[in-house]
Amino acid sequence: MQQDHRIIGDVLLDVKDISLSFGGVKALNNISFNVKEHEIRSIIGPNGAGKSSMLNCINGFYHPQEGQITFKGETRKQMKTHHSAAQGIARTFQNIALFSGMSTLDNIMTGRNLKMRKNFLWQSLYFGPALKEELENREVVENIIDFLEIEQIRKTPVGRLPYGLQKRVELGRALAAEPDLLLLDEPMAGMNHEEKEDMSRYILDVNDEFGTTIVLIEHDMSVVMDISDRIVVLDYGKKIADGEPDEVRSNQDVIDAYLGVSHD
Amino acid sequence: MNSATAANVNAGTPPGQGTGKDLDTFPKLLTHNARVRGDLPASREKDFGIWLNWTWAEVEEETRALAMGLKQLGVNSDDKVCICGDNRPHLYWAMTASQALGAVPVPVYQDSVAEEMQFIYDHAGATFAIVENQEQVDKLLEIKDQIPALRHIVYKDPRGMRHYNQDFLHLYRDVQDMGRAYIAEHPGEYEKLVTRGTGSDTAIMLYTSGTTGRPKGVILSFDNLIVTARNACQREGLSEHEETLAYLPMAWVGDNIFSMAQAYVSGFCVSCPENSETVLDDLREIGPTYFFAPPRMFENILTTVMIRIEDAAKIKQRMFHYFMDHAKRVGGALLDGKPVSWPDRLLYGLGNLLVYAPLKNVLGLSRIRLAYTAGEAIGPDIFNFYRSLGINLKQLYGSTEASVFITIQPNGDVRLDTVGIPAEDVEVKIADNGEVIFRGPGVFQSYYKNDEATRGTKNEEGWVMTGDAGYFDPDGHLKIIDRAKDVGKINNGTMFAPKYIENKLKFFPHIKEAVTFGDGRDFVTAFINIDIEAVGNWAERRNLPYSGYTDLSGQPPVYDLIQDCIEQVNKDLAADNKLSGSQISRFLILHKELDADDGELTRTRKVRRNIIDERYGELIDALYSGANNCQIEAQMTFEDGRTGTIKADVAIRDAKTIDAAPTKTAA
Repeated sequence: MQQDHRIIGDVLLDVKDISLSFGGVKALNNISFNVKEHEIRSIIGPNGAGKSSMLNCINGFYHPQEGQITFKGETRKQMKTHHSAAQGIARTFQNIALFSGMSTLDNIMTGRNLKMRKNFLWQSLYFGPALKEELENREVVENIIDFLEIEQIRKTPVGRLPYGLQKRVELGRALAAEPDLLLLDEPMAGMNHEEKEDMSRYILDVNDEFGTTIVLIEHDMSVVMDISDRIVVLDYGKKIADGEPDEVRSNQDVIDAYLGVSHD
Repeated sequence: MNSATAANVNAGTPPGQGTGKDLDTFPKLLTHNARVRGDLPASREKDFGIWLNWTWAEVEEETRALAMGLKQLGVNSDDKVCICGDNRPHLYWAMTASQALGAVPVPVYQDSVAEEMQFIYDHAGATFAIVENQEQVDKLLEIKDQIPALRHIVYKDPRGMRHYNQDFLHLYRDVQDMGRAYIAEHPGEYEKLVTRGTGSDTAIMLYTSGTTGRPKGVILSFDNLIVTARNACQREGLSEHEETLAYLPMAWVGDNIFSMAQAYVSGFCVSCPENSETVLDDLREIGPTYFFAPPRMFENILTTVMIRIEDAAKIKQRMFHYFMDHAKRVGGALLDGKPVSWPDRLLYGLGNLLVYAPLKNVLGLSRIRLAYTAGEAIGPDIFNFYRSLGINLKQLYGSTEASVFITIQPNGDVRLDTVGIPAEDVEVKIADNGEVIFRGPGVFQSYYKNDEATRGTKNEEGWVMTGDAGYFDPDGHLKIIDRAKDVGKINNGTMFAPKYIENKLKFFPHIKEAVTFGDGRDFVTAFINIDIEAVGNWAERRNLPYSGYTDLSGQPPVYDLIQDCIEQVNKDLAADNKLSGSQISRFLILHKELDADDGELTRTRKVRRNIIDERYGELIDALYSGANNCQIEAQMTFEDGRTGTIKADVAIRDAKTIDAAPTKTAA
């Protein structure tokens, strides 16, 4: 029911003819696709297909040798990761990358780092304008905690949390940056069925409630087919399909890639 | 309260108000509280990490706005308004708002699945629903077609509801705004409605969860709830300065008494936790003075404490154990005001400084003046732990049909295995068949649309059957032993209460489950299930090798261990002249765990006696045949749904029984 009301907007991110190689290994070969505003776009493919490399290109961690990436109408050259964050791109990682000794609350607060304007000296004082800023940001973070229903672990060090909850905290930290584009690298890897269902629900809710555009890498086909608007399929660094779930599902190349066909 | 306010009260209200006689409905009590203690906190809720407060005056305003808004939507007297969600101040207000209109609130368990809800909505003929959030709205939308009587749904939390555009869905806040606009045009109308209500009106309808058959709707009047609550408040000396945490389901009668009726009568503040998983944290932040928890909750808190102590530094561990041992010796006596020697008092004082007070602080129990537990038997270790810390934990016995209180343990005379003396104005007696029956101000009006069940439970003189078997001990304390239908007779004439004996067995950490036999037999026998974790641990510490559950169960040292437990229970039973004949003579340790997947237990871990009789008939026969062992083959279902059989040779042992001690009867 919710899908019907969502309005897919203009192109937010346009990836054109991207090629990336590490030495002689071509990780990405001439990849083009776009992501439209408010959509959930999935990138799938077998192991080593170049999915994570693609995400790393989008958020400026890798620099492709060829091609161009246009985000919000701005074509970038060489870009640093913090520029992409400032532009409104946030991500989560395949292997959880949280500060394990810090509490859930503090971890999510770090996601607000770029929104804080006061300098280090002010911030070390819990006073005046810095206090006001801290409170404003805390409010945003509390909204996220409420949204992800993790009140009970607000003050628990994340290192003590089970895997599924850590993934949720990581999503929370990415959301704290109030991104326009959210990159999720295997948000459901290693989760059980129930945790996957929860996570899918949160992804749909983020997309719906905050209007965040989401690019998602995921292995669980049933999840991908259920929640994505459009899917890009990569295999050995090449794009082999692009389209809505039904098209992709029936695409012969995709079936071959997943069932395994020799690549001579 | 200063004198100026008090004077205003008297000027503004007719004589008699404030003494309680005219305050016979919750809306009237609310208006009264807003007037006499308007600035005191009434509701509290943690949201977005912050405790939000509403004073009595604010609660009255919110409730009035909601009531008039609901009236605009068409709520009229005798409408049934279902209320569903976690404990939220807004949902409590919704109850009072419905009552102000003469409608009957019907709280529904928030974790019910759609079909269970459908039964209740259908049976109650609910026309309105006030629910917490999208989750509850979704459940209702799913069954909306089957419950045509339902006209409007009001939801409190707008999250995720943006795309729901059905015109029968309303946001709580919007309904209140509608009410406020109406009040601005028609001042005084709410007050007029409130004065129309009387104490004999139906206050609430509660569906009992019902272990057998369909749930029944228990109708309670304002008098039932308010008189019962007022009596209990007076007995325990509860004032407007109490703090309590409302975390048990709103559909349960206890919550309606502890978090609604008593709060309205005494004027104290009720706090709602952030969500069901933060209860222990919220408990610590609120520091309640008045607290109810089922035995399991107290057990969980104790387990957490013990685990953390195991991880503490050696010196802390030794300090903890030393002072806890001392507390176990004298703490309970101090709490009961019994004589304790000066050195012991001093040592207890030191322990309080070093261990008890910090521990209570960590648990959020520092300020507790009164704590209740009920629902099932509480283990002696758990009960004594809290009492020895100086926490006045008491047991009570109650039911939905009684508006909770049937008996309460009196201060200074608290015992482990009784449930105390009858509450104020409640008469309790034992029927000829051994069943506990009671009569009092809290006795329910009737079961909704079920006269047959009403007649079966309540007789013409107002006596209500509890279905529990029990008796009074020589000091007039009621002792509940089992469900009346499970109580049997041993051939020697002694009453046989299987659950009572089984509970005593299960209090030992090594025993996970126990099933006793004895009805129509010459003596009592028992099946025991060991607790694999506790016994496994015990075996490891004694270098006792074992390959698995079946192997460990059959080992002679384990039999010795269990025999000790059984003989201790026998000693306990021997001290009770009514039950001394039901000591356990023979027992065996089952080779497999009783499991709900095999149908041997219910999902709530209650023993299914008929299935056990059927499946383990050979073992029961062997217990009574004098044999020393028995071959058995049993079916079991694995976690993945496959089934298999296990064969075992189960040993049978005799346990020592003790001759009854007649001294007790004399005492």
